[in-house]
Amino acid sequence: MFYREAGDFSTTYAEDQQTFPIKFDRYRYYLVLFVAIFIVPFVLNDYWVNSLMMPFLIYSIAALGLNILVGYCGQVSLGTGGFMAVGAYSCYKFMTGVDIWWGGELLFRLPEFNIFFAVIMGGVMTAFVGVLFGLPSLRIKGFYLAVATLAAQFFLVWLFNRVSWFYNYSASGQISAPERELFGVLITGPSTTPWAVYLFCLFFTIASAVIARNLTRGAAGRKWMAIRDMDIAAEIIGVNPLKAKLTAFMVSSFFIGISGALFFSVYLGAVEVGEAFGIQKSFLVLFMIIIGGLGSIFGSFAGAAFLVLLPVALKVVGVDWLGWPTDIVAHLQLVIVGLLIIVFLIAEPHGINQLWRVAKEKLRLWPFPH
Amino acid sequence: MKDNAESYVTKDGRTIGPVVMEMKNITLRFGGVEAIKDISFDIREGEIRAIIGPNGAGKSSMLNVISGFYVPQDGEVWYKGARRPSMKPFEVAQQGIARTFQNIALFEGMTVLDNVMTGRLTHMKSGMLSQMMWRGAAEREEIENREIAEKIIDFLEIQAIRKTPVARLPYGLKKRVELARALAAEPSLLLLDEPMAGMNVEEKEDMSRFILDVNDEFGTTIALIEHDMGVVMDLSDRVVVMDYGKKIGDGTPHEVRNNQEVIDAYLGVAHD
Repeated sequence: MFYREAGDFSTTYAEDQQTFPIKFDRYRYYLVLFVAIFIVPFVLNDYWVNSLMMPFLIYSIAALGLNILVGYCGQVSLGTGGFMAVGAYSCYKFMTGVDIWWGGELLFRLPEFNIFFAVIMGGVMTAFVGVLFGLPSLRIKGFYLAVATLAAQFFLVWLFNRVSWFYNYSASGQISAPERELFGVLITGPSTTPWAVYLFCLFFTIASAVIARNLTRGAAGRKWMAIRDMDIAAEIIGVNPLKAKLTAFMVSSFFIGISGALFFSVYLGAVEVGEAFGIQKSFLVLFMIIIGGLGSIFGSFAGAAFLVLLPVALKVVGVDWLGWPTDIVAHLQLVIVGLLIIVFLIAEPHGINQLWRVAKEKLRLWPFPH
Repeated sequence: MKDNAESYVTKDGRTIGPVVMEMKNITLRFGGVEAIKDISFDIREGEIRAIIGPNGAGKSSMLNVISGFYVPQDGEVWYKGARRPSMKPFEVAQQGIARTFQNIALFEGMTVLDNVMTGRLTHMKSGMLSQMMWRGAAEREEIENREIAEKIIDFLEIQAIRKTPVARLPYGLKKRVELARALAAEPSLLLLDEPMAGMNVEEKEDMSRFILDVNDEFGTTIALIEHDMGVVMDLSDRVVVMDYGKKIGDGTPHEVRNNQEVIDAYLGVAHD
């Protein structure tokens, strides 16, 4: 009733293969895009951007990336925090001009990159590092691979802590984003405007989602899913397992690197690696995709929204509506979020995406039960 | 016996081409166990070649040697007139050899259509960038290969379930989808490992019909393992009989049926 494909016929394969083959879905998608691009920026304030929109958009990119690796290709990774750090530090180095030293002398210094390209370079460098740490995946599977990626997490955090070249020899050991602009509008630094940073992040989020969707519905995605579902059968129909796994690591790390770069440069502004990109970040993003739904683009967004919105919603209810002290609400928040995750996973182990799918099937038949 | 390079016409009017694959003195050991002992046989273009034998005779191991899962300790594999170096299974697939498995090996998380499309992967060459944008080569390839996949889906009569996740299908249909996936690769040699295991008579008849049609319509060379003697005798042009890793018979179904060693292997023989 609310949702149906009756009378909606695809007459070409191109029509049938598009992302939203059902008209209703397609128009809803355009509507969401329209609201996100043309309406939200005008009604935003600082609070909304910093506590809701930016974390949601940035974590969505990370969740998309991790979902490609874990959800689509079946390779478990706990190195997300480390890979985000690679993105952040690469972005920082390219923003401030990469300096190459040889034998104690400065050989040359690359020009400072525009913030847009610095973020992309963050993704590119992370893709390289991801492939490097993905190499063991040919031999190691399942939990053992998770442990191997855990090594990446700790090694990368250690590296960015110890090698002062990465933080330009600053005394604090932190990196902080200098003021940079795009088309004359400030994107990084302390005096940015909410709509500018929002649109900047939104662009990367939409681009990531479109690219992820195109890859997963095409040949690359089928290779990944084949490896995930049955690697022996995948090999027998001509999928090179090493290549498939490494491309998954590459694409996944690219997105995670982009999100790390945005997290540092646009969202936080200043970063201490162990604090911002520790193991808890790896788990957070992993929870997002498990709650959202493994192997689904929508699930990545849903999971990110769930874990970003829930604490904020609880705070609004506890502090603003009920008037409880802030510190008690902060503790309750942790308890309730934890409980909800457990309840949720028992009730729907396949995540929000599955709930959404069931809801759509029900709506299609409404008001009839069958 | 006919010459390797020669073609001949069967009684029912099908042309059987020259030898496309030849196994020469294959020996395969697992530790101390000899799974295959010095076996040679060939497969001709366009024929249906059956490998039969009691349980544990080494039939599946033989198929695994052909598809590259096992590397034989001794012997040579000749394919299309050249000796095949030892290869990974995915390289074998790229050479045009497709197969199905005894226990279904489908991608359970994907739809029937996606499963069949994976069979086209060896034909899809577009770059990552083009795939990211869904433009140019990637888009064109998706549509071209979809057309071929749809032809196979049509051929095997699974149109109604093309968007169904494979995990929801019953056993018989899964077997058919697996055949569709292998066929989608347009293989020059198709290996079927017990395509009719666990089926009832009706399903067996359907499957036999499909196998014959595939051979007839696409001219695909087929090598199959099967336990149902009736099916094997009806379908195949030539039969290899294995027992305890050795070849005990090779020839037309009629020849094999009257071979004393084969009868002994199947019916048992009194040891006194």
